[in-house]
Amino acid sequence: MNENPDTQARQIQDNLTIYYGPKKKFVTICAGTGCRASGSLKVKEALEAEIKKQNMKVEVLATGCLGFCEKGPMVVVHPDKYFYQHVKVEDVPEIVSKTVGKGEVISRLLYRHPDTKKNMFREEDLPFYKKQLRVVFGSNGMIDPMRIDDYLAIDGYQALAKVLSDMTPEAVINEVKKAGLRGRGGGGFPTGVKWEGVRKAHGEPKYVIANGDEGDPGAYMDRSLMEGNPHSVIEGMIIGAYAVGAHEGYMYVRNEYPLAVKHLTIAIEAAKEKGLLGKNILGTDFSFDIHINKGAGAFVCGESSALFASIEGRAGEPRAKYVHAVEKGLWDKPTVLNNVETWANVPLIINRGADWYASIGTEGSKGTKIFSLVGKINNTGLVEVPMGTTLYEIIYDMGGGIPNGRKFKAVQTGGPSGGCIPESLLDIPVDFDKLTEVGSMMGSGGMIVMDDRSCMVDVARYFLAFLKEESCGKCVPCREGVRRMSDILEDICAGKGKEGDVELLETMSQSIADGSLCALGGSAPNPVLSTIRYFREEYDAHIKDHRCPAGVCKALITYSIDPEKCTGCGLCIKVCPTQATSGEKKKAHSIDNNKCIRCGACIESCKFDAINVK
Amino acid sequence: MVNLIIDGKNISAEKDTMLLEAARTAGIAIPTLCAHEAVSRSGSCRLCVVEIKKGNRTRIVTSCLYGVEEGLVVNTKSDRVLNVRRLVMELLLARCPESDVLQKMAKEMGVESQGRFVADTDHGKCILCRSCVRVCEEVVGVSAIGLFARGSQKTVGTPYNEKSDVCIGCGACAYVCPTGHIEMLTTGDKRKIWGRTFKMQTCDTCGRYFAPVDQLKYISKKTGVPLKELAICMDCR
Repeated sequence: MNENPDTQARQIQDNLTIYYGPKKKFVTICAGTGCRASGSLKVKEALEAEIKKQNMKVEVLATGCLGFCEKGPMVVVHPDKYFYQHVKVEDVPEIVSKTVGKGEVISRLLYRHPDTKKNMFREEDLPFYKKQLRVVFGSNGMIDPMRIDDYLAIDGYQALAKVLSDMTPEAVINEVKKAGLRGRGGGGFPTGVKWEGVRKAHGEPKYVIANGDEGDPGAYMDRSLMEGNPHSVIEGMIIGAYAVGAHEGYMYVRNEYPLAVKHLTIAIEAAKEKGLLGKNILGTDFSFDIHINKGAGAFVCGESSALFASIEGRAGEPRAKYVHAVEKGLWDKPTVLNNVETWANVPLIINRGADWYASIGTEGSKGTKIFSLVGKINNTGLVEVPMGTTLYEIIYDMGGGIPNGRKFKAVQTGGPSGGCIPESLLDIPVDFDKLTEVGSMMGSGGMIVMDDRSCMVDVARYFLAFLKEESCGKCVPCREGVRRMSDILEDICAGKGKEGDVELLETMSQSIADGSLCALGGSAPNPVLSTIRYFREEYDAHIKDHRCPAGVCKALITYSIDPEKCTGCGLCIKVCPTQATSGEKKKAHSIDNNKCIRCGACIESCKFDAINVK
Repeated sequence: MVNLIIDGKNISAEKDTMLLEAARTAGIAIPTLCAHEAVSRSGSCRLCVVEIKKGNRTRIVTSCLYGVEEGLVVNTKSDRVLNVRRLVMELLLARCPESDVLQKMAKEMGVESQGRFVADTDHGKCILCRSCVRVCEEVVGVSAIGLFARGSQKTVGTPYNEKSDVCIGCGACAYVCPTGHIEMLTTGDKRKIWGRTFKMQTCDTCGRYFAPVDQLKYISKKTGVPLKELAICMDCR
């Protein structure tokens, strides 16, 4: 207790041997899970070997996810910050000799603007990044998540030092309240209010938990934060623990995220070694420790009471929450449960102030939100935008629109319990309240984009099938009701829908939402309700006309070849797995619908758009 | 005492009373399947839902788990409530079409089976209320049975559906089962339950078979009462 924690933190930073200033020459390569899958670790090895071979002393940093997963592996050469995409091992010698060695740019590795066809040199010039505000996610590109020193070099743990030296727990809570931070996991509950509840709650010990059980299909922003910048989450948790008076915390991470588990484990150990976590943090009498708890991958375990049950070693089933977690959470003790992204926002608020934070976003939703942009979209990846950005800006300006010039149809937000938003609502500003208003929700920030070849009944069918599998099975409306809704949707897609099915689905939805024990059942009907609300005509076409307008539901479609467009190239004959396509070379081909299994292989292969689906 | 209004009636109830009991004491009937007095409550059947009003906000809660609150306004028969109960009954009827208990209950509630749901054939009469699992864990203390899998695949049974080493054949599970799903067959000196056959003990006084030997051994071990002293049936004690 001899020195001020702030001074101690400064000393840790002063002792760092690394420095990534504006003139330092170094190379970063994205080593997020997406880029690893495209081979970025091999490129990293090649870079290091080549740099050694060419007798240079330049560091290669395997960083966290940069977000532009579509273009991986991505390499940035500093100090010029030249941004290279789709880098292969073969490109490495040239990158090292030309760009690293002489500062020359290699045009073919640059991003080309899809409209102007101009080469873009730096990350910030790319349309994908230009409109983003990457305050939470942006640091990923400057750190090797396995090295605490990298995080410290970008002012990591300064917020913690500030909190421990100058702020009372109440002041921290007030700052978070003033910032207007709301839970990023889906509920959107004001974080500061939650913390205050736990601070005031009776009962010891108190716990803080990070919910890293991200389970929505297509969503991976929490994964990228835990993998790419684990210390930002940990720092947020330590600050939260100080604010509410907790000495023990848990990180609940699904075991399907091995890299996140690894990086968090390393980060926790490193923080302990530096005196930033554990006993007497930064020389104060505040102590706090974090355990990692690996989840077995049940979607329902993202629900707070099921998550507590899982940590307690019981089956991951929710319980009725008439007494809130702030009073009786984990082991019936007062508990703060916040999403990973929420925690990562906390150091920012402390460092840059509540006023700065509250200046970003809309009236009711402050700050930024990370969205994962997947599906029928050109620029698949993670984007961080100020709350209130329109869906149009996200999908077209950042996402680059729909591939192959097809037409946008809907975007599913909020994961399986969210809803599908049609084109007519693309102008709405994205925030917690607006998305709920149009029948969807923020959820954790997944966005699945669909084009005109997506059948909305099939989409509802897919999500209900997912929820049927993921229901814990405890209460009747969710276990039996979601199953029956799923059965009806399967029927409709198979051409066995009945008159009155839509009305029945609507009535069931209301009662399942009302009667279910937890939010999984409570929101499970959303994909059905929102698709009925905006795409009712597709349901009618399936049920009344036995027709799938989008050409997806196999029982309701037939394939044919347009003789005007077909050049007789034979490609469709080659790819057809059931020999349903036939014809002579250079003459229009045809499809035998008795043999055709409507797999779509011919459509994918045809370069002349000659296959019709009706 | 806590004062509240249920279906327009002013009611006072002891603190910590659940809405279900408060309503029943006042003569207001609320249907339930999973709330058994012998076990803790899970809120899994959802039949006992009621609508509560606080200020201008209304919400649906399970009355078996929601405690009385001063000034609370409760409606046990609103449309929303009745719709949830109707759906729950329709779903249960489709799950367990041969359950006479459910059919009788549905009739009383004026609910008919929903023709759009294809009746199941593989669940017997089990509605997964989990009273059996709870009584085995909380009252008997052996946890011979449990819940397995999740979602629509969920079942009750012994681990891996094998004969349980810890089951004492007491039959408490069959006793609490609201639909009579759990089969227990006692004939002469044998009792069959959960795939095991238990040897029955004769009463030292009247000579009739009255309890499984394993159950008496378990009680003896737990209470320290010599096994011999337990070999007298309840009638002869």
